[in-house]
Amino acid sequence: MLFIILRRLLQAIVVLLLVALVAFTIFRYIGDPVESLLGQEATEADRRALIDRLGLDDPIPVQYLRFVTNALQGDFGVSYRTAEQVSGLIAERLPATLELALVSALFALVVGTLLGIYTAIYRDGFVAHTIMSSSLIGVSLPTFLIGVLLIWVFAVELGWLPSFGRGETVQIGFWSTGFLTASGLKSLILPAITLGLYQMTLIMRLVRAEMLEVLRQDFIRFARARGLPDRVVYFGHALKNTLVPVITVAGLQLGAIVAFAIITETVFQWPGVGLLFVNAVFFVDIPVMSAYLLLVGTVFVVINLIVDLLYLAIDPRIRDGQLRRKAT
Amino acid sequence: MKTLTTRLAIGVAAGLLVSSLASAETLRWARSGDSLTLDPHAQNEGPTHTLAHQIYEPLLHRDMAGQITPALATSWKALDDNPNVWRFQLRKGVKFHDQSAFTAEDVVYSFKRAMKPTSAMKELLTSIKDVRMVDDHTVDFETNGPNPLLINNLTNLFIMDSGWTEKNGAGDPQDVAAGETTFSSQNTNGTGAYVLISRTPDQKTVLKANPNYWGVGQFPLDVSEIVYTPIQSAATRVAALLSGEVDFIQDVPVQDLRRVAGQSGLKVVTAAQNRVIFFGMNVGDSDIESDNVSGKNPFADVRVRRAMNMAINRDAIKKVVMRDQSSPTNVIMPPFVNGWTAELDKVPSVNVAEAKKMMEAAGYGDGFSVTLNCPNDRYINDEAICQAVVGMFGQIGIKVNLDAKPKAQHFPLIKNKTTDFYMLGWGVPTFDSHYIFNFLVHSTTENRGSWNGTRYSNPEIDPKIVALESETDLAKRDAIIAEIWQQVQEDQIYLPVHNQVLNWGMKDGIQFDVQPEDQPHFKYLKM
Repeated sequence: MLFIILRRLLQAIVVLLLVALVAFTIFRYIGDPVESLLGQEATEADRRALIDRLGLDDPIPVQYLRFVTNALQGDFGVSYRTAEQVSGLIAERLPATLELALVSALFALVVGTLLGIYTAIYRDGFVAHTIMSSSLIGVSLPTFLIGVLLIWVFAVELGWLPSFGRGETVQIGFWSTGFLTASGLKSLILPAITLGLYQMTLIMRLVRAEMLEVLRQDFIRFARARGLPDRVVYFGHALKNTLVPVITVAGLQLGAIVAFAIITETVFQWPGVGLLFVNAVFFVDIPVMSAYLLLVGTVFVVINLIVDLLYLAIDPRIRDGQLRRKAT
Repeated sequence: MKTLTTRLAIGVAAGLLVSSLASAETLRWARSGDSLTLDPHAQNEGPTHTLAHQIYEPLLHRDMAGQITPALATSWKALDDNPNVWRFQLRKGVKFHDQSAFTAEDVVYSFKRAMKPTSAMKELLTSIKDVRMVDDHTVDFETNGPNPLLINNLTNLFIMDSGWTEKNGAGDPQDVAAGETTFSSQNTNGTGAYVLISRTPDQKTVLKANPNYWGVGQFPLDVSEIVYTPIQSAATRVAALLSGEVDFIQDVPVQDLRRVAGQSGLKVVTAAQNRVIFFGMNVGDSDIESDNVSGKNPFADVRVRRAMNMAINRDAIKKVVMRDQSSPTNVIMPPFVNGWTAELDKVPSVNVAEAKKMMEAAGYGDGFSVTLNCPNDRYINDEAICQAVVGMFGQIGIKVNLDAKPKAQHFPLIKNKTTDFYMLGWGVPTFDSHYIFNFLVHSTTENRGSWNGTRYSNPEIDPKIVALESETDLAKRDAIIAEIWQQVQEDQIYLPVHNQVLNWGMKDGIQFDVQPEDQPHFKYLKM
């Protein structure tokens, strides 16, 4: 067990180093940060002085090594755009992204499961058919379009919900939360739906398929034969047995929600790390981009690690080493 | 837990305070980007200056019509006996937001600060040799040789309080490249019409009217509170205006103009912008890489350049690409600039047959192919304009391969001279032709011609451009400007397309003219 964890951690470090390396190789082609740092009146001499000072003339391996060394000491450098410490910027923006991701994930899980159960139980009903076919929208429409459509309907036409921002937030220590104010909660609704819609349809379809599978099993028939009420059969017996794969998928999707909040955050001007990253790309803000990519890499690695450990806890066969290949 | 409840209570109280103020005239304002810093000398950039203009003031500034207007100075002129010295009379009775008095000492201090190495404004002040205090309300600026353009360079040069700045250890401008945050990049103390209340970068900035402002009674000052939110996505920005969540937005996308103007209670105000869009070609090298002609550079032949200029259908670009939101031109100079004439601006008629003849005369009757570099996130519909001209040049046999990139990759091509054919837009903050010549026409040297991607180098013109900097006889100076323009037009160094148009969207009740530099000064706003 300990061996597996250690091996996993080692792999995680290699993955992160690779992420940083790939990131650094790509940055050469993103553009020249000096252009955006200096105004249009800057002279050639100013340019050269700045390139020297930032070490942008050094070969990529040297820049990469410098970045890794500093990152290991917890120093991700300073944003070219706002001149603030990158670690501070990310810490300040992370609560917004995490709160959004949490609400989206809850929305996807709860609504997805409920709709999945409904469509499984009444699978020939008109409502179930409607839900199933309209769920295709969630899978096929791009996120920004869903966001803009929601803004159009609920902010512009109906005027019920705000179209941008986080509303009023309350500062608790280092954490700024939108959960404690009415405007903060209202601001969460549209972005959370936009971000979670894809995962919601995914979970709904998964639950439905699993549920249909389980409902065919013998123990459900026996339960019915015993005369148990539908409620107990569906929620007490059937649902419990569908949830294992659902939780696995939901866990992995949480990483995706954090990582791919970029588009949703841009559409809704949501002040999280995704928006920070988009700004960084436009400004060729290399320190912020590298730190963000590392952060996302870490999120995925950690979630994968937790999922693997859960497998170990759930399935004794993996623990004994028989099915290790399946875990990796 | 106690601290939490206390904080909550404070939060609620602050919320109540904000909502009670909101009953006065609050202006909720959105644009695509945020100010980069509060330090007034650390960045020379539009949105940063816009916010600084509400809080700080320069000696003089450009009003909503783009005219130079007194701010902290009341009058200025070059001394009769010494044209190298400009004397500024300062406004009396002005106080900074912390109630300390504004004096000549603050002006001297601020200019010295803005000339330090970490300042982003120093390039505009290179002609200044010394700034001296004469008495409490008089300051002398001594320049290296006469400088007729001095005041044009001071419109964004903000005055800070010397005592406040020193006391808080902010004597040097924030060094953005070194990644500093300083007291002055997060706090303000200006003389302006608005006082900073709170700010979260990239999220929200709140300003409140300064009750002790010297201009009370002289300006409308109808807005008592400004809430500024950057909203990056154009669709969301427009939606926020349509849904009434903001009152005023900059950067209305052209495709949404009708939607905004058509909504009852909203309007769009439009004016010509100080930005001209054009194409540059490598006219200097004897051979270029990106074409299919070996051993020759087709752009080096002025007949080819003239033929290309004739082939551009500027009216079609205006109608189809820009949805009427542009003013076609034949000169790379916005109409506000000193040196502009209607004659230079007059768009030539499209004549494909004539252009083909000229191509033939130049020896390119069968045409040639070349790569056009174009930005896709910098100017209004930049990539679409490039696509349009690809077809137009195709009519005279020039096969153009379009290579559109984000601005961060496009501009280095021009500055490193690795493009032979490119799009560029140019604004003229000094409102004088010299600024255009200095950057776009002068041969590239250490200090000049940094944006001249054409490799054009004319030893007759270069000294004339330099001479403009010290010619104080304005009639003579204007004559030189006209001469240079004549040469630039004759050599057809650039292919001008149009001047951009600025659109601001706002509630019907707001009366606000569009400022040609996209700089709203809210003290002029009426509502």
